[in-house]
Amino acid sequence: MSSVGLVWSNLFRKKVRTVLTVLSVLVAFVLFTMLRAVAVAFDSGGFGPAGVDRLQVAPKFSIIDPLLVSQMREVERVPGVDAVTHADWFGGVYQDGRNFFPKFPVSPKSYFDIYSEFTIDPEQLEAFQNTRTGAVAPAGLAARFGWQVGDKIPIEGDIYAKKDGSRLWEFDLVGTYLHGDRRDETGGGVFLFHYDYFDEAREFGQGAVGWLIVRVEEPERAAEIASEIDALFENSTNPTRTATEDEAQREFARQQGDIGLMTTGILAAVFFTILLLTGNTMAQSLRERIPELAVLKTFGFTDGRVALLVLAEAVLLCLVGGALGVGLGTATMVAIEPGLQQFLGLIEVTWDVVASAIGIALLLGLVVGSVPALAARRLAIVDALRAR
Amino acid sequence: MLRQILEITVLNIRNLPARFGSSSVVVVGIGGVVGVLVAILAMGKGFESAMSRAGAPDRAIVLRGGSSGELSSFMDTNAMNIVASLPEVTGASGELFLIQDVPKRSNLSPANLAIRGVSEAAFEMHPEVRVVEGRPFEPGKAEMIAGRKAAIEFQGVDLGATMQFRQSAWTVVGFFEADGSAYESEVWVDLATAQSAFRRPGVSSMRVRLESADVVDAVARRVEEDPRLDLELRSEEDYYSEQSEALTALITNFGYAVAAIMAIGAVFAALNTMYTAVSARSVEIATLRALGFSGLPVVVSVVIEAVALAMFGGVIGAAVAYIGFNGWTVSTLAGGSFSQIAFDFAVTTDLLVLGFVWAVTLGVVGGLFPAVRAARLPIVTALRGE
Repeated sequence: MSSVGLVWSNLFRKKVRTVLTVLSVLVAFVLFTMLRAVAVAFDSGGFGPAGVDRLQVAPKFSIIDPLLVSQMREVERVPGVDAVTHADWFGGVYQDGRNFFPKFPVSPKSYFDIYSEFTIDPEQLEAFQNTRTGAVAPAGLAARFGWQVGDKIPIEGDIYAKKDGSRLWEFDLVGTYLHGDRRDETGGGVFLFHYDYFDEAREFGQGAVGWLIVRVEEPERAAEIASEIDALFENSTNPTRTATEDEAQREFARQQGDIGLMTTGILAAVFFTILLLTGNTMAQSLRERIPELAVLKTFGFTDGRVALLVLAEAVLLCLVGGALGVGLGTATMVAIEPGLQQFLGLIEVTWDVVASAIGIALLLGLVVGSVPALAARRLAIVDALRAR
Repeated sequence: MLRQILEITVLNIRNLPARFGSSSVVVVGIGGVVGVLVAILAMGKGFESAMSRAGAPDRAIVLRGGSSGELSSFMDTNAMNIVASLPEVTGASGELFLIQDVPKRSNLSPANLAIRGVSEAAFEMHPEVRVVEGRPFEPGKAEMIAGRKAAIEFQGVDLGATMQFRQSAWTVVGFFEADGSAYESEVWVDLATAQSAFRRPGVSSMRVRLESADVVDAVARRVEEDPRLDLELRSEEDYYSEQSEALTALITNFGYAVAAIMAIGAVFAALNTMYTAVSARSVEIATLRALGFSGLPVVVSVVIEAVALAMFGGVIGAAVAYIGFNGWTVSTLAGGSFSQIAFDFAVTTDLLVLGFVWAVTLGVVGGLFPAVRAARLPIVTALRGE
């Protein structure tokens, strides 16, 4: 019998025990996969991938302060700046407070120019540009609410009312767009409507925008350009704070609290238990097999090879449990993600998470296997056989 | 029968120390489940209680119609006066609510600090707010008093320090406490000074004291029906529970979900241990059965052993959650006010009881199957020693 076969049949010496042990390792890795995926999503703010060449220009002191649409022109003149657009937080409720999705007033052409990874039918973009009350929705979001192009979408403003005092905003859906990532399937993303219409109709705040989005020519110079932009407005009535899109998203995520720390704490508790459990199982199965191992040694198996057999068994057990756990965790995450997205944004089990899970499974196997392996190595044939 | 159960149980418990390693798996496994469950739920409880303490039954909050929170609300003096003069209203306080980016002490990353501009009336409206260090701010001066929690969370909120906001600098002159409510995460400044410094006429919201908690609905209807007003009035308690329910539910569901998954693992571990325990003692058990002990005492005694281990684990888990987390302060971005709310983990008695119930349940599940197997094992096979 080959060594692999030997390890395998040893594992199934006590089926119930092996299955239960694998299952507990599996559960640990289901948790690992899901919690890490959530923590990673939190860490990045759940906005989806950030553009490496994009900067966000925000008001310096608080998001409740405005920037001016006229500041765009000045930013455009900063050397190294390729294009500038703007957006704002509209708030607002569609039908019911639970139907939350972000809504931004934007300038259609420049917005889609900067978010070049989004795809929209050129005719629909043209229609968006030319329809004052026009709006476009992510295709997934439109599907979620059953919207068709041509529908009127009523939004109740909670921050902004119209000049006539009405809070009901109606937008004409003129198109849909795609992100090119999983937001398209899960109905995430931003509902976009025409800034010109919004700015003219709103009760107060004319000429203000929430933040600017800048595309730079060379991403390596992003930090330098960011400080140039901020210097430009340092002593104006609307000072700014500019950061890369990635950093801005992380900053927002950090406001939510340290989810990473929390999940690490939970996982530490989980793995401590699993370590103890599998370690105990391995020690037990070794004790029962001492005579067999002695027989192997009698047959001429070296000490090292016997130790390796025991170690391999532990590693295999943990790897099988780990791999199954990652698989099940990923499947569960995919299944429940649409429900969580409203709270957590985009959640994906990244390859990093998978790789670290496999690494941890391997490490776990080595740790729990090493003690019995050493014991097996030291085993003296005579004592062991006498024990029978 | 009882005697039999007792005898076998004592026998089992006596040789527990010999099975220390495998027994500790049950204890630690179930302890882990209970610890994580109690700790996460304590976080939800803490947040909920910080928010609910901010409300009083006879106080109501007035916001602009359709506003989701104080941050998106505003009203002018005229509207305020109309509400303040309603017959059921016995006190009114107009308050300006703003947020500013201030780095947190923990990660130096800017976060939203809540600033409340208040007049003298606010301190009558909120008697729970008490200056505990330093002194109150002087009206007309750019001074602030900071909630205890705001001082813990935010950089530069130190007694005597000056904080730079948009085109204005404010001196911290005192710290206040407010029964552990969400107000402790805010800094309070003079309303008139704030209105001119932040160039905000009017106020964001109004707090009113009512004759009694029973008139809230009547006053709310009156405000809604008044053609001069575009305002909404609701009880503070309703307002704060609305603000907290989504996050509280999220944390609570998260806690149950994680603990449930862990519980599955812990049950596998307990099954493993108990199967091993039973198989190691199959000869003893079979001997007892041969002596005339029936199957039931064997089952019961094995379950009792599992439950005892589980309870021990549950107590350890709950104790670790209590010692490690009770009173621990964390903060998060709260939905409606869009500002940082700091709160303490609250490991309450009912959470400890809940954790204990989980432990016992898991112990029963983990012990039952091995117990039944032990009882069903044919005596002859068992006696022969496999």
